[in-house]
Amino acid sequence: MIVPYENVIIKTICRLLLPFLQIYAIYVLMHGHYSPGGGFQGGVMMGASFILLVIAYGLDDAQRRISVKALTIYACLGLFIYSGIGALALLMGGNYLDYGTLPLPLSSIPKIRAMGILGIEIGVFLGVMAIMIFIFLAIASYETGGKDD
Amino acid sequence: MNPPHIQATILIIIIPLMSSYAIPLLGWRWKRSAYFIALTAIGASLVCSLILLSTVLTQGTIHYHLGGWLPPWGIEYVIDPLNGFMGVVVCTISFLVTLSSKKSVEKELPEKKVRFYTIYLLLFTGLMGIVVTGDVFNLYVFLEIASLSAYALIAIGEDGAPLASFNYIIMGTIGACFYLLGVGYLYIVTGSLNMADLAKLLPPLYDSKVVLIALAFFLIGTAIKMGLFPLHVWLPDAYTYAPSAVSSFIAPLMTKVMAYILIRILFTVFKPSYVIEVVPVASILSWIAAVAIIAGSILALAQRDLKRMLAYSSVSQIGYIVLGIGLANKMGLIGAYLHILNHAFMKGCLFSVAGALMYRTGRRNIFQLHTIHRKMPFTMGALVIGALSMIGIPPTAGFFSKWYLILGSIEAQNWVFVAVILASSLLNALYFFRVIENVYFEVSQGGLKEEPAGDPVREVPLSMLAPIILLAAGILLLGLYNERIISGILVLALPRGF
Amino acid sequence: MIDSMMSKYNYWMYIILMMIGFYAMIGKKNLIKKLIGMNIFQTAIILYYISIGVKKGGTVPVLMEGLPRAADYVNPLPHVLMLTAIVVSVSTTGVALAVILLIYRRYKTLEEDEILKSIR
Repeated sequence: MIVPYENVIIKTICRLLLPFLQIYAIYVLMHGHYSPGGGFQGGVMMGASFILLVIAYGLDDAQRRISVKALTIYACLGLFIYSGIGALALLMGGNYLDYGTLPLPLSSIPKIRAMGILGIEIGVFLGVMAIMIFIFLAIASYETGGKDD
Repeated sequence: MNPPHIQATILIIIIPLMSSYAIPLLGWRWKRSAYFIALTAIGASLVCSLILLSTVLTQGTIHYHLGGWLPPWGIEYVIDPLNGFMGVVVCTISFLVTLSSKKSVEKELPEKKVRFYTIYLLLFTGLMGIVVTGDVFNLYVFLEIASLSAYALIAIGEDGAPLASFNYIIMGTIGACFYLLGVGYLYIVTGSLNMADLAKLLPPLYDSKVVLIALAFFLIGTAIKMGLFPLHVWLPDAYTYAPSAVSSFIAPLMTKVMAYILIRILFTVFKPSYVIEVVPVASILSWIAAVAIIAGSILALAQRDLKRMLAYSSVSQIGYIVLGIGLANKMGLIGAYLHILNHAFMKGCLFSVAGALMYRTGRRNIFQLHTIHRKMPFTMGALVIGALSMIGIPPTAGFFSKWYLILGSIEAQNWVFVAVILASSLLNALYFFRVIENVYFEVSQGGLKEEPAGDPVREVPLSMLAPIILLAAGILLLGLYNERIISGILVLALPRGF
Repeated sequence: MIDSMMSKYNYWMYIILMMIGFYAMIGKKNLIKKLIGMNIFQTAIILYYISIGVKKGGTVPVLMEGLPRAADYVNPLPHVLMLTAIVVSVSTTGVALAVILLIYRRYKTLEEDEILKSIR
């Protein structure tokens, strides 16, 4: 059972640091084209921000903020965005994941491909974030009957 | 715009993949929908695989460029007759086994149904992905998807299942990492990851040590995953302690798909002349396979538990397939392909029968199954057909695959292998007739005779009985029509150079 | 011979790391130690792949102004392949940890010989 840390310093630092951590995670996601980063890395950092919340404030507090049902919906939603963009490319006449055929109002084919990859990365971001938090919550709530997934 | 029967190449993977994460969403609200979504997805893949096989046989090899990128820059999915044939085998067995899984999942794993079917569909997606792809790194990704799902599914069995699954995790990861190392060595030397491209770029490099090491890593990685004799240690525990629906799904399929990976590496990426003449890998493989056949049969004789005996018999049957690959002549390869098909049906039937016994009686010990044939006649009839096919008695299917293997050994002038195949058929007869004797005749050896507590022993419900009968009928039909299958499909699936 | 050994030091590093991980997977009896050995094994393979893409005089594969030619950058394909391998490694660790939790809940110990004794 993870009990909250009763130390003022840790709670305050965690509270101050958390928004910056999440903004940095979204920055890493969005700049995946031009610098090291992308969907998986941003998703892990976003999940790590929630895990920091669990470590500092205890398990009950975190489970009140984000429930298992919401995590399942985020994970499946992220994966549906990924496969959905691929299937949309299939319906629009190309092969699977052929971003050049997506119906976006941009000027040239490379720009449409860049936007297609960004959509895929957002899907991966949501999925990885949800799965990281889910694994941590499942292992942390071990005595109260966590299940393996 | 590609016509729909070409797009079936990607649909065969996307439909199960998207269904597998639709199941948790819909399963929150309607728990009973998990089974039907899984069954529909596998049924759709079965239809796609039949469309693909007929397209390949009439129009030639299908090349599908994922993402619109041309190979070798992009990932390519290639369907030639071998792929199409493997796809139909995997989809058919999966569909029949999934039909029979409904009742046994409800009985053994009552509150885990939704999560079970999610991982089950992911395992099916992984196996189909291995079969369709034409890129060695993409094969690694799908191999790991299938293996991870198998580890998770095996671990939810009864006593001893988590430890068996952990052993499988350790050994399976070593195997997959060795495969990845092999891919890395080939990439260093050629700079390409596409199978057809590697086949073009490798022949000038055949006398370099890097290619030899890459072949060695591929062989050991695949041998660990297949359960070839000295590296089979994870197999009996994993098949025995898994839940019945899981072992009926994994046992016929996973090792065969790994054997398919071996055929692809040996004969499509590396030319057959390299494997036979330059480095005598094929003859080494055939001798290891001969040892595997005998060792598996002897170890199966010593077992009392029905599922454990079937698991050791699987070790011996993988030996047959690798013997066919190692003989590396036309008859031997046809024998190997036919044995992949037959063994999938035979083990599917036998493990489903073991699952049916577990469902009704809860017992797995051979010596406790007295005269159960009066209460479960159809199931035991299917057991007899499966056993006769494993021994190799005509007109069941097992006879014909052993016949071609013997023809291949004679063509290679190797009489030791003929003796090995005949001796192992006799050993198979020993342990299968022991089971049939206990089931059909009153052999009083101190086993239990009273009914187990609960509902009395009757025949299994129709959703479990129909697939068992269909699989047994399939064994007989495959035996009777094997000439058509060989001349229509398998001869076209031989790699170039035979 | 010392020349060739010293010039290929990345291969020696990865072989040593891989063998350490391999020994831990097979020789140790505690299940968590086996899991850590598996992680070391997979990390050694990831490091090896990245080290084969390096060129003399190449820089980080991030597009910069003033360096338009592709020959100035380190080969980025192994980096991308290893992203996938890292994800696979994380997933395998997750599944293995869940299985270890199941084992602990049932047998109350994590040493392999004690578990085998309590199964028989």
